[in-house]
Amino acid sequence: MGRVVLVTGVARDLGRRFARQLAAAPEVDRVIGVDISPPRGDMGAVSFARADIRNPVIAKVILREQVDTVVHMSVLPSASSGGGAAKELNVIGTMQLLAACQQSPDLEHFVLKSSTAVYGSSSRDPAMFSEDMDARRVGAVGFVKDLNEVEGYVRGFARRRPDVRVTTLRTTSALGPTLSTPLTAYFRLPVIPTVLGFDPRMQFLNDNDLLDAIEHATLSDIAGTFNIAGDGVMMLSQAIRRLGRPALPMPGFAVASFGSAMRQARLVDFSREQVAFLTYGRGIDTTRMREVLGFDPSRTTHDAFAEFAASVEPGLVSERRVRAAEASLLGALGGARAESAQLVGQLAGKGVQHDG
Amino acid sequence: MGDAEIIPIGTRGRPGRGTGNDKPSSAARSLAPGSAAKKSAPGTPASPPDEDKAAESAAGRLPEPRQPVAETPAENPGGTPGGALGEIPGAPAPAAPEAGVLRDHRHPTAGIPAVDWLAGFTTAAIEVFGDNWEPRLAAFLAFLRRRLTGDYVVDEYGFDAEITQRFFMTAIRPVAEKWFRIDVRGVENIPLEGGALVVSNHSGTIPVDGLMTAVTIHDHAHRFLRPLGADLVFKLPIVSELARKGGVTLACNEDAERMLKGGEIVGVWPEGFKGIGKPYSERYKLQRFGRGGFVSAAIRTAVPIIPTSVVGAEEIYPLVGNIPSLARLLGIPYLPITPFFPLLGPLGLIPLPSKWIIEFGEPIRTDVYDAGAAEDPMLVFNVTDQVRETIQQTLYSLLMQRQSVFG
Repeated sequence: MGRVVLVTGVARDLGRRFARQLAAAPEVDRVIGVDISPPRGDMGAVSFARADIRNPVIAKVILREQVDTVVHMSVLPSASSGGGAAKELNVIGTMQLLAACQQSPDLEHFVLKSSTAVYGSSSRDPAMFSEDMDARRVGAVGFVKDLNEVEGYVRGFARRRPDVRVTTLRTTSALGPTLSTPLTAYFRLPVIPTVLGFDPRMQFLNDNDLLDAIEHATLSDIAGTFNIAGDGVMMLSQAIRRLGRPALPMPGFAVASFGSAMRQARLVDFSREQVAFLTYGRGIDTTRMREVLGFDPSRTTHDAFAEFAASVEPGLVSERRVRAAEASLLGALGGARAESAQLVGQLAGKGVQHDG
Repeated sequence: MGDAEIIPIGTRGRPGRGTGNDKPSSAARSLAPGSAAKKSAPGTPASPPDEDKAAESAAGRLPEPRQPVAETPAENPGGTPGGALGEIPGAPAPAAPEAGVLRDHRHPTAGIPAVDWLAGFTTAAIEVFGDNWEPRLAAFLAFLRRRLTGDYVVDEYGFDAEITQRFFMTAIRPVAEKWFRIDVRGVENIPLEGGALVVSNHSGTIPVDGLMTAVTIHDHAHRFLRPLGADLVFKLPIVSELARKGGVTLACNEDAERMLKGGEIVGVWPEGFKGIGKPYSERYKLQRFGRGGFVSAAIRTAVPIIPTSVVGAEEIYPLVGNIPSLARLLGIPYLPITPFFPLLGPLGLIPLPSKWIIEFGEPIRTDVYDAGAAEDPMLVFNVTDQVRETIQQTLYSLLMQRQSVFG
């Protein structure tokens, strides 16, 4: 008998694409996508159930469809809405979903798509976070706090239902040509604001790799918590230079207020966590992903970013222009070589004459 | 008037800021002789007669220059500079010199032929890159292009080897060689490959000793030192950016072990702010060596500990005072007062040119202990003490050998 998988958060692009990809896998019988609003794109073979995970209806869906795997993908940072609404969706939604899962006798596997934002960003962070480390600073409110609570509830669920394999994937920022996240919106700005005097380290993951990682975790029988990121580290300044866009460094407090202005203008969503990330950055260790989970992203951080950068129209200081400038400068020098050698000879001759 | 062009500079003897205002500014008024005479007056009765006379003569002499100051506004009731022109022959008409200045205004680069530009550029290129300038310039342009387009690699700590080697080391090297004239000893104790933990004393008010140790290890042992920095380093703007690019990471067990496992030479200054911010009177007295975290990191990763003694850094900024309340307000561990800072302002930031000696001691092996030894606090304390004693003894013997502070 194949598996029946329930995927939450399919209204979002990544959730919908994941549900479709999973439905095409031979091991999977049925995929049921759940969200509050219907997805915008093509769902393929996925059946959609319009339900709120904060509602007991979700328990009925899980029971009736004999769901054996739940992939929880709807834990998201507050998108332009207030922090309270996001908390309601993330924390209370997860609680209700877990309560529904606990009732289900058929459930075998629970996968949480978390984020490396769970580690927060601060000046006291170690260079690379591994799975057994905690955030050095968790705010009183905000996405970092929500994520930590969500992961805490999932750990509690794992204790109460030891027969269920619980896998938590902490994925780093995904980048893709068609993806729309706060980070991709940030990199698409014509002039990119940065925090003056700080150059954060970042890691990226290609969006297809992200989906492959969740699929791998869903179909394998490995439980545990895993960091998911592409190889290598990139500095923000480096990323901006690769886009060929000018950076606009401004003091930290100005970035925060600039961010709220941008949010009001519906341009980019700059949450407090986002500003902290743009200040201190974050590095995560992916040894366990490779050795225990057995997953290897097809693209490194640099490749994932290059693919994304190719989809964004180059800015003022594009690589093409820099190369052209270099070539023309070298060409001019080469052409002038003979002339200049002659001139230098003349000048040297003059110098000797003067000395004489 | 003729056609002599006199350009007025200054205020024609009037106090003020040269704005042409009749009234001097408050700052200028306090400089004016009147207030000086007033200030000296209360002191006069107590002072001896000759000084009294001097004060009197000064008081008599000083008001004189005030005359024109008082008169000029009177002569010039309209406030127009033209009013004064008729009375003072030879005084400039303000409009004329301005016009003259404008007439002479020419673009400085106009009229230099292109050939001269080319010759100038070529000689400059030879000056900078040597005779073989063309391929070198091409390489430099390629480097510039790679930096501009972000085509380079940093390691997971954000360390940018290219920038460190090309700029940071190049900038620090003259200071190490010419200013502090560092005498390096025991370079052979730094392993050519594999991990090692360089443990050093810390002094000098600001961590110049860390930079100097890094450049010394780079130049003499051809390895990059990867320093461990306090979290304040990563809190400060600009400092944090430069530190990450220069290979610094946070002083925590996770990072130290990770770097040592990766086969890097890691530098640690266990005294921390207690060592670097100690008063000048306590120079070369080692402070407490933290909680020995560096020793357990070395034992866990089985790398040798290289006790390193730095002599000379204590004298670069002799710390004679501290303003704890202001430091607390600014969120820094101490606010230094040296004999020259903040008295001389930015000039006080120039370090004194003391003579430095850096000695890398014989490595202390930690691979003889088994893995559980790192959890044994007694053993960790013993090794910590051994490292500390070695550095302290070396410091004393180096101080004996040093002829003078600036020798």
